Formats: sequence, C-alpha cells, structure tokens
Amino acid sequence: MVATHIVESEAPMLDKKLDVNDQDANNLAEAETTNVDPAKKSTKITSEDIDVYYGEKQALFGINLDIPENSVTSLIGPSGCGKSTYLRCINRMNDVIDICRVSGTIKIDGNDIYDPSLDVVELRARIGMVFQKPNPFPKSIYDNIAYGPRIHGLTESKDELDELVESSLVKAGLWKEVKDRLAGPGTGLSGGQQQRLCIARAIATKPEVILMDEPCSALDPIATATIEELIDELRTNYTIVIVTHSMQQAARVSQRTAFFHLGKVIEEGETTQIFTNPQNEKTQDYITGRFG
Amino acid sequence: MLKVFSVELRGKVSEVLSLYVTGFLTYILPPVIVIGIVYFIGKWKAQRLLKNQGVAKNTGTAANALSLHSRPPYHGAFLALVSFLPAVIVFCAWSIAEGPVIKGMVNSTLPASVGELEAGKQDLISSVIGTVENGLKKLDQKELALLEQAAQYDKEVNKAAAPVEPEAIRKLFEDKNIILAENPEPYVLSAALKSRSFTQFSTYGKYTLFVLMSIAAFMIAYSSIKLRLRARNGVETIVKWFLILASIIAIVTTFGILFSVLFETINFFQIIPPSNFFFGTVWDPRFGWGATGGDGNFGQYGFLPLLWGTLYISFVALFVSVPVGLFAAIYMSEYAGSKLRSIAKPALEILAGIPTIVYGFFALVTLGPFFRDAGAVVGLEINASSVLTAGFVMGIMLIPFISSLSDDIINAVPQSLREGSLGLGSTKSETITKVVLPAALPGLVGAVMLAASRAIGETMIVVLAAGIAAKLHMNPFDALTTITVKIVNQLTGDHEFGSPETLVAFALGLSLFIITLMLNVYALYIVRKYREQYD
Repeated sequence: MVATHIVESEAPMLDKKLDVNDQDANNLAEAETTNVDPAKKSTKITSEDIDVYYGEKQALFGINLDIPENSVTSLIGPSGCGKSTYLRCINRMNDVIDICRVSGTIKIDGNDIYDPSLDVVELRARIGMVFQKPNPFPKSIYDNIAYGPRIHGLTESKDELDELVESSLVKAGLWKEVKDRLAGPGTGLSGGQQQRLCIARAIATKPEVILMDEPCSALDPIATATIEELIDELRTNYTIVIVTHSMQQAARVSQRTAFFHLGKVIEEGETTQIFTNPQNEKTQDYITGRFG
Repeated sequence: MLKVFSVELRGKVSEVLSLYVTGFLTYILPPVIVIGIVYFIGKWKAQRLLKNQGVAKNTGTAANALSLHSRPPYHGAFLALVSFLPAVIVFCAWSIAEGPVIKGMVNSTLPASVGELEAGKQDLISSVIGTVENGLKKLDQKELALLEQAAQYDKEVNKAAAPVEPEAIRKLFEDKNIILAENPEPYVLSAALKSRSFTQFSTYGKYTLFVLMSIAAFMIAYSSIKLRLRARNGVETIVKWFLILASIIAIVTTFGILFSVLFETINFFQIIPPSNFFFGTVWDPRFGWGATGGDGNFGQYGFLPLLWGTLYISFVALFVSVPVGLFAAIYMSEYAGSKLRSIAKPALEILAGIPTIVYGFFALVTLGPFFRDAGAVVGLEINASSVLTAGFVMGIMLIPFISSLSDDIINAVPQSLREGSLGLGSTKSETITKVVLPAALPGLVGAVMLAASRAIGETMIVVLAAGIAAKLHMNPFDALTTITVKIVNQLTGDHEFGSPETLVAFALGLSLFIITLMLNVYALYIVRKYREQYD
C-alpha cells in the first residue's frame, strides 16, 4: 500500500493530464472527421507504428489503427496473427510479460499510454478487460464485483457499494440469476454466468474502454448469444474492442472490423464493408474460409 | 615426492578401476548378452514367420489372420521376459529362504545341551559358527585336516584327551586375522563344516535350477511364438505386474516398520503403565534391574516434557521459516525476472541439500555461542544449547523447503487470475494479497503443515543444539529436549535391550510417527482439495 501511494504522488495524475490535453484530443478528433468517413464516431484510441517483440521474435509490425468511441471494434484473423497481442497493448497488459517489448505510440483520448510518467495502474482502472476463459476470483460473487471499486475507493459507504454491485450485475444481465446467492462462490457459476460475472466486474470499475479477448470461445452457443446481446447493449456507454475467431460473431456485434495477418493489419473498415466487399484478397480468403 | 605420490595414486586408481571393470564383465555383461540374444531370437522368429506368409511387410489390418498380431520387437521382449522371469523369481525365493533353512538344519545337529542355554548364549554360538565357516576359506589343506580332526572329537565318547585343543584352533584363526569370541567347541567346528557343505550344495542347486528352468521356459515360449500370439499384450501384463510389485514393496515396508515399532511399544507398556507415559510430567528413567537392584522402580517416563520441547522448538522453527520462506517464494514467483529467478532459485535450494548434521554443527559451534555472547552483552542469560538456537537453525533448514513448495503452489494459481486483477487496475501487491494468496492459501497451509511435520521429526539439529534436559518451561533461552533426542539417547546408551529405558524409544517413536502421520494426512488432504479447484 505504501509503495502505491508513493507512485501515485510522484506520477502526475492522469486526470489532470486529461484536462490539459482535452483540447488537443478534440482538435485531433475534429481533424480526423474532416478526412475520414463522416459516419465514423470520434476516435477513442489511436495506434501509431506499434511494433511488439517477444524476445527476438517480432509479433506486430507497424500497426496503425483507430478505434472509434462508443462502438464495437472487432479484431479478426488466424491464430498467432497478433490480434490478442495488440489488444493487450491497449491496457499495457504486455508489461506483465518479461520478454515483451513494445514500441510506437497508443493514445487514448490523445494521451500517450506508454508515456513513462503515466501510472499504468490508473490506466488499467479506466480500461476493463474480459479474458478468453472466465476467471472469477476464488471469492464470493459480491466480492468479485466489489473488488475493483474497493481498490479504487469508488464508493463511500456500504450501501453505495451494494448499489454499484447491483447495477453492475444488472448491466451484465446477471442480476436476476444471482441476486439470492451473492455470498456464494463465483467459481460455482456456470461458464456463461462466470463470463458475465467477469464483464460485471469490469463494468463495476467504471471503465471507458472494455477489451474482450475471445470472450465466448469457452462458451456454448446459448451463453454466447447472451453475451453478444450484452455487448450490443454496452456499446452505447463503452468503447469495446473484441478479439474473436468467429466471423459470424464479428459480423453480428461489431461496427468496425480489423483483419490481422502475420502481425500486420491487412484491412480495416466498416464491418459491413469488410464482410460484403473486402478490398484485399487475403481478407476475402479468410472471411470466406479459404484459409485460417 | 609428487611423482612418487602420483605413481602410487595411479596404481590405486587403476586397481579400483580394474575392480569395477571385472565386476562389470562378470556380473553385468554376460546376462545382458544372453538376454539380448534371446530377444533377437524371438524377434527373428517372428520376422521369419511373417516372411513365410509371403507378406513382405506387416501391412495387414489388425484383425488380419495372415499378419503378425504384434510387431517383432514385442515377440523378442516377450520371449526374453518369459524365458528368464520364472527362473529369476525362483532363484530369488531360494536365496531368501536358504539362510534360515540352513541355519535351522545346522542348529538341529548341535548337541541337546546347547538348546537349553539362554538366548544370548545361543546367539553367541551361532555367531561363532558363522565366523568359523567364513574363516574356512582362508585355511590351507593341512590346517583344514587338523580342524576336521578336532571337529570329530567327542568328549562323551572318547573320554581321552583331545587330539587338538580348541585353544589351538582359535590360535589358528587368530593367525589369519579372524578373531573368535570364544574357544570353539568340537560341535561348533563340526557345525561350521556342515554349514559350509549345506551352503555349497544349496548354491549348486540354485544355479542348476536357474539354468534348467530358463532353458525349459525358453523352449516353451519359443514354440509358442505364432503369427497371432498376443506378445504385445503379454509384455503389457508383465510390465503391469512389475509396477504392482514395486508398489507392494513400498506399502509392505511401511507396515513392517509400523508393526515392529508397535510390538516393542506393547512390550514397553507391559512394564510401564500407559498413564505414566502419556500423562507423566517427569522424565527420569532409571536402571530398574541393574542400579536399583531389581526393586522394580524403573523411574518415570513422562512423555509431556518431551512433547512440549518438540512442539516449542518446532514452533520457533516455523516462526522463523514460514515468513522468510513465504516471502522469498512470493518474490521468486511474482517479482523476480526470469534471469534472476534462474539463478536465485537454485541458490536457495542449495540450502535444502545441506545435511542436517551440518546445520547441527553450525548451531553448536557458531550460532549457540553467538547467541550466548550476544545475550551476555544485553544482560540476558542465554544457554548455548537452547530452544532459540535449535529452533532458529531448524528454521533456516526449513526455509528452502517452504519456499520451494510455496513457489510451486503460487505458480499453480492460474495466470488468468493475476491478469484479471491487474486488468481491473490493481497493483502487483494488491493482486498478490487479495487474489493470489487467498487462492493459494489451502496449498500454503498444506506446505506449512508438511514443514511442521519435518520440524517435529527432525533429529540431528536438536541432538546437537537443543540440549538433553527434559523440562517443562517457557524460557526460550534455556535448554529443552525433544522426542527425537530422547530416542537417540535411549537407543545409543549401554542399556539392555529388553529393559524399559530402551523400549521407551519405541513408544516415543510410535507417538512421533502418529503425530507426523496425522499432520501429513491432513496436509495432503488440504493440498489435494486445493488441486481439484483448478483442474
């Protein structure tokens, strides 16, 4: 705890920085709207020349990708193409891996998240993440949801926390199923429920961006449908980036799609356009199932 | 000087080497060659059978009657196993049985008067017979004839002076550097001669039977090799039985040890009432038969002071080792980079390779005096052998044990939980204290319990560092003793085996065994329960 405070006091507060850069961010967004498709919403996340190395091996090659606000962007591509690696760059989860090295800039609302003075813990608090396999903590359902709010001190009182837990569960569509067993273990839920619990947990921290790394790959079709509906609802308030192996899922839930291949973005654009009229031959091959 | 030494050394080395080479050439190489030949015979026959069918390669489907059921190497392995296994089993059984059987036969030839002697005396005679028998090899023809002559002399029948005095025979052996415990009576010599001939006969019989059985089994197995012989399944069955045998040996040994201790414990409790042992608070064994003149006062065998000492020292050891070991494990598994980890972890585990007697030295020679002197400086009276010294050194011994177990357990917590927590914006230490450690807690409790059972059973450190005073006190700077120390004391003393002061060691051993067994069972139960969670 002591260490945390020191880091917080030394690093400039992210919020302050935000105020300073708000103007820039708006300018940037305005600048983009002039030369890009007018239907596109303002950009939340911009990536410039992202290279990622695992030791000697390069996993991403000069990724340039803009992710619009309050919409769902899906990243598709064959296994090992770097889409998960890119996703993990956005909340700097790759820092956890010793041998991983990232270069280039990723800006969220115009702020470089790889700025050395940025507090990575604070960054991650603003970006929720949902993983491939549901990973509820070995705690009660209530404590799973309350974990983030407690750490960040988001609530003043017990009642407020109860309210936040309830609203998060409601948003994740899980409230009806678990309201009578909030003290039961999170690991006792079914796979689909666990994944929605993880989404609720991410929402409870009040993030702006939610990253999802193949959130439905371990679920059956019914649970998948529930999660997809949920993603569609969440889109109004959150910027969502989802990695998926299911082309149908990408087509159903996302507004924009980026196709990754061998560590490069081959094509990105409106989902409908990518799926109906892909410009690149490789994209066409992939979405029609000829390879991958 | 150096040159002379090196030549001498070279001589020694070549002597040792030639010993190994000869041993290898006589005992290991021939069986390997024979087994190899049998293997290739089996393989070759299977291949030939296949060829005779006109099928060049074993390409038929599994159910094809014209193809081999098993691939040729399995036929070879099957032939080798079936040829030698029964003979080896019989050979081993014979070797185990021959000792007792021969001894019984020899004993039955001894005069009836020997059978009436007390047990200790009979054992002595047996051992003299054994020594003489071993010594026979060193005698030359003439000496052997002399010995045979002495053996035939029978006091009762001849009533004349012995042609060869037992004294002379003893002298004869002494010249060959063989020391006999007493002058060998004629019946001892004759028994030794008989024993030798029985042994020779048994050895010849054993080897002959081995060869005959092997040949018979080989012929039967060889003729049984057919296209559809299920050699592969046969080999599988034999392998399974080997593994079963290994498990049985492990289990039977455990029970054997348990029962031998149990029986001696029962003997102890027939002399000393269990209430004296389990609820007594004074440890004061006396020489009940010797020193007190057989008045039946064996002293007091209070178990509680020893149990207290054991638990107290173990507690100090855990107090030292659990925090250090656990924090080291957390650092190694969560913070250390892979480079540092690859160096630091083995370095820490070197501690685990140090024999406990060396820790005992450390406690006795370095740490004990250091604590005593340090205590004197601040005005504390600290004994050189104390609870503190023993517990502290035992704690150091347990650090690598705890840290490496905890490290494994912490690493077994899925990475996804860590990422989930970090993804919510918690710091590393928040992740560890709020997610990783709670998830690993049952396993960590198990690890601490395993460490506790090691601390309770630890012997050498406490023998050297804890002292031998069986007392009930709380002072960590004073000496205390443990169950293990008293077991060592009671068994290494010059006591008679059947006396309670020796037998009490078994009662103590059994108590210790039950305590650590319960701890281990509970620890394993917890660890296993924990494992199921993430499978």
